[in-house]
Amino acid sequence: MFDNLDALLLARIQFAFTVSFHFFFPAFSIGLASYLAVLEGLWLKTGKSVYLDLFKYWLKIFAIAFAMGVVSGIVMSYQFGTNWSVFSDLAGPVIGPLMAYEVLTAFFLEAGFLGVMLFGMEKVGKKLHFAATLMVALGTFVSAFWILSVNSWMQTPTGFEMGANGQFLPGPSWWDIVFNPSFPYRLVHTVMAAYLTTAFVVGAVGAWHLLKDKANPHARTMFSMAMWMAAIVTPMQIFAGDMHGLNTLEHQPAKVMAMEGHFDSHPEGAPLILFGIPDSEAKTVRYKIEIPKLSSLILKHDLNAPLAGLDTIPDDREPPVGVVFWSFRIMIAIGFAMLGIGLWSLWGRVRGRLYDMPWLHRAALLMGPSGFAAVLAGWITTEVGRQPFVIYGVLRTADAASPLAAPAVAASLLAFVLVYFTVFGIGVWYVLKLMGKAPHAGEYGVKRGDVGPIRTAGITPGPTQNPGGKDTLPAAKPEKELV
Amino acid sequence: MDLTVIWAFIIAFAIFAYVVMDGFDLGIGILFPTFRVGQGRNRAMNSIAPVWDGNETWLVLGGGGLFAAFPLAYAVILPATYPLVIAMLLGLVFRGVAFEYRWRDAAHQNFWDFAFFGGSLVAAMAQGMILGALLQGIDVEGRAYSGRWLDWLTPYTLLTGLGTVAGYALLGSTWLIWKLDGGVQRHARYVARRAAIATIVLMGAVSLYNIALNAEYASHWLSAPEIYYVAPVPIITAIIAISMLRAITKERNSKPFWLAIALFFLGMAGLGVTIFPYVVPPGITIWDAAAPERSQIFMLVGVAITMPLIIAYTAWAYWVFRGKVGEDGYH
Repeated sequence: MFDNLDALLLARIQFAFTVSFHFFFPAFSIGLASYLAVLEGLWLKTGKSVYLDLFKYWLKIFAIAFAMGVVSGIVMSYQFGTNWSVFSDLAGPVIGPLMAYEVLTAFFLEAGFLGVMLFGMEKVGKKLHFAATLMVALGTFVSAFWILSVNSWMQTPTGFEMGANGQFLPGPSWWDIVFNPSFPYRLVHTVMAAYLTTAFVVGAVGAWHLLKDKANPHARTMFSMAMWMAAIVTPMQIFAGDMHGLNTLEHQPAKVMAMEGHFDSHPEGAPLILFGIPDSEAKTVRYKIEIPKLSSLILKHDLNAPLAGLDTIPDDREPPVGVVFWSFRIMIAIGFAMLGIGLWSLWGRVRGRLYDMPWLHRAALLMGPSGFAAVLAGWITTEVGRQPFVIYGVLRTADAASPLAAPAVAASLLAFVLVYFTVFGIGVWYVLKLMGKAPHAGEYGVKRGDVGPIRTAGITPGPTQNPGGKDTLPAAKPEKELV
Repeated sequence: MDLTVIWAFIIAFAIFAYVVMDGFDLGIGILFPTFRVGQGRNRAMNSIAPVWDGNETWLVLGGGGLFAAFPLAYAVILPATYPLVIAMLLGLVFRGVAFEYRWRDAAHQNFWDFAFFGGSLVAAMAQGMILGALLQGIDVEGRAYSGRWLDWLTPYTLLTGLGTVAGYALLGSTWLIWKLDGGVQRHARYVARRAAIATIVLMGAVSLYNIALNAEYASHWLSAPEIYYVAPVPIITAIIAISMLRAITKERNSKPFWLAIALFFLGMAGLGVTIFPYVVPPGITIWDAAAPERSQIFMLVGVAITMPLIIAYTAWAYWVFRGKVGEDGYH
């Protein structure tokens, strides 16, 4: 029994670790793919080379981020089976098809057109190349659609029947499964989060280069575009997050109780706890700072509306309060900090000094990784908040794991930790190195040494005398600037 | 024909597409150290840089498809081969990022070249051993794997692992014969001959081992009337193997590659004959593991609509990057 618990805990840590790591990459590449499509579209429409330069600048970064997303994503597609085989067997008939649709409609689309997007500009021409970029961007979105549908179904399962063998079977309507109650909210909230994540990364890179040279036109363009996103999308995101919260209150009230730190019911208006230290043993929040009745106002739009607390939920159906309480607050704090940056940039724009505000640029630089932190915090809130269930209300996490011995899972967890920190740490370092270079006119795309699938017009290295034999030409450095 | 059989064929097709397409990518990785630093390696890698990601997606379809269409098989096979699956995934991590990283960091290019090689080798070996572990049979109790965590490690699975490594090296080297020219092509030809012989020998060994492995497998091949239907499989395989060796010797361009694919196709068909109707021998048939009809129909609609499109735009991407990878990229 104890062995089993150990293996279960290790499997949970492994899944949390690999999915958290993986989530960073699509959170960035969903937004970046769309940004690249916008840049290329603007270039085609206006003919301004600054957009093409920025496209090529970010394309190099996209190539690395996408590769990291792909390899960490394949791990996820197999981990359902390796570590959660009971879940896979029982839920496969319902969520398996949705994931198959993700592969068929999204993964192939992204991967099929990625080669042309990265290497094919000279081969297929501008318009077809733009089409390929759009397909990659569309693929990232469609992928989010399906995987969030699966995740939402696990949070708010509908449209299924129970089979005699204990399996979850699809009911008569797939629509009820795909468009389960929390899905529309989660999709909008997550996709906007991905856009904001990218916007703040782009904004930070622009800000960094503006701090070094406020006249750099490429840095100006990317900073301005990112700040429009911050100013416009952040308020929309806060609104969408609020709607998502109300939806959660309806379908997963225990999660909202944990987010709010409401151990006790409040029959006459619940306070909003700003800060405090939840103590699950004593079932109370210590040292709390609270605003009376505000929680009822936010969640019920009525100061005196009664709100139930965790005292109405049996102990064995309660999520861990501390983690959910804190991760939720981190997400909210970052959201409002993002809003602050957006408003600050609007003020700078009105005064015509957007590129001449070093403190705004420093703040934007500091906020560069904020999207990743917010996405992760939000993810932890929703995933830990639905515990102890893997399929909410019907299948417990503890009953879903594979029959593996603890040493096997411990070994694989250790391997994942070592490999991920090394490989993705180095990848992030390469991305940061690329970001550290100032964007400039005549920017290179994804260049591959002196030979390769891309051939920039006019750049043809002389032929070697003994092709393929002993090399006389050293491999050109990929970033060698020939223009 | 019932839906379950259709789905068995769809999954088999996805696995075949993966084995052939990522097979030549992984094969190039396995052979990578034999290519000279610089031009040779750059050209070998550039010949697959635009397509490897699409190729690898078939692995996700194979796994995701199995999860969706035969969830019980997915839930039994993966825990049964747990260390192999983890090794494969980590191998693919190194292989995949090496495509980007080696160009980003000239000072550590040798390291990433080694990661490309090691990742490809580990992934190929693990895939072959997973296949072997499946064929040799998996202990099941109720709806779950009931064996121990090293049951998959036997001489037989080592043999299937080596066979897969050799086969991928054959696919990779014949692909390079097609896509390269000059000295690198000559080197690919040299390697292809050796890989071809190793593949043929190991395929033969695995086939004989299969017949010895259990009586039911043997009866699929040796009892009448089955023997009349299946006898052409080894005969055609032998003919293809000989023509492939001749095509390599005669310095044909793309023919060795296509014949290598044909060899893989027959190998998979042979495995199909051996294992059918089981998806997890010795106990679970495809009908035991199949998802309910509603799931099968829902996905079949998706496959019918998307698969022609996927094949079309994949073919287009290959067409865009057609021709030899020469000094200055694709001609």
